[in-house]
Amino acid sequence: MKLTPDQTIFWQHGFITINLTIVTTWGIMLFMVVGAKLITRRLKANIKISRWQCVLEMIVTSINDQIADIGLPKPEFYIGFIGTLFLFIAMCNLWIILPWYEPPTGSLSTTAALAICVFMAVPYFGISRTGFFNYLKTYVSPTFIMLPFNIISELSRTLALAVRLFGNIMSGGMIVAILLSITPLLIPIVMQALGLLTGMVQAYIFSILATVYIAAAVQESIKKQKKLNSKTQTKI
Amino acid sequence: MDNVSIIAVASIVTAGFTTGIGCMFPALSEGKSVAQALSSIAQQPDAAPTITRTLFVGLAMIESMAIYCFVVSMILVFANPFWNHIIAK
Repeated sequence: MKLTPDQTIFWQHGFITINLTIVTTWGIMLFMVVGAKLITRRLKANIKISRWQCVLEMIVTSINDQIADIGLPKPEFYIGFIGTLFLFIAMCNLWIILPWYEPPTGSLSTTAALAICVFMAVPYFGISRTGFFNYLKTYVSPTFIMLPFNIISELSRTLALAVRLFGNIMSGGMIVAILLSITPLLIPIVMQALGLLTGMVQAYIFSILATVYIAAAVQESIKKQKKLNSKTQTKI
Repeated sequence: MDNVSIIAVASIVTAGFTTGIGCMFPALSEGKSVAQALSSIAQQPDAAPTITRTLFVGLAMIESMAIYCFVVSMILVFANPFWNHIIAK
């Protein structure tokens, strides 16, 4: 039985392998890049805007609102990373409505790559917002004793991110495949619809968790900003 | 019983137990958290968006425990490393 789309191999030479995961990922990337380029070719600031521009604006503003709700001020700085994660995973999971499509997020290599991106992005945003030493301070944040636990949690949450997304998507496909051999009439369609819901929720969860981790890394600068604000308010 | 059948029996039985027990407790805790969230939404409908968002994040965290168990049992059934080792020998 096929567990992941990694096992469908089109072309192999040495250690370079072109499998279904890579092909689907590049297809989705191409679709998203070309689509975004086509839509943003003629942006207007009038009252009357085109339909697709309206859709994109809704997506961007709602992602911004979500990021700001979690506690990251200036979401424009983070939406490039978090919004891309969300849109890519959501697009991967949305297309299971097409027949013969296998989501690339159902392969552990894709989800591990995304989780490693989050793992790298946390220190990047932390250092660029608060400076090197303030970022290192978050590792010893309550006391110095917590240092090894903080490092372990950094690694284990990366693993959890990867396995959570992979497990959810893979299990959705697997359940449909098993049900197809038991009750092939209507039940697989219901499970497929449930898989669609799970895919959307997982895309949301993945990006929310990435936002929470980044917010934990930049908390020093947020605290400083709040202190400054309260000082100026008391002066007034 | 020879080695091959011992490995087969052990991994199939363990896979069943893993998914069984690993679904039971996350289901209990998910029920608890949903019940709590519903009663808090009923008490404070204004806070519904925040509660719902936190609930979804928490549910996904709890559900991922069940998913880990499922992944382990899938590995035991379909991609068993011990089985592959015995077959290759």
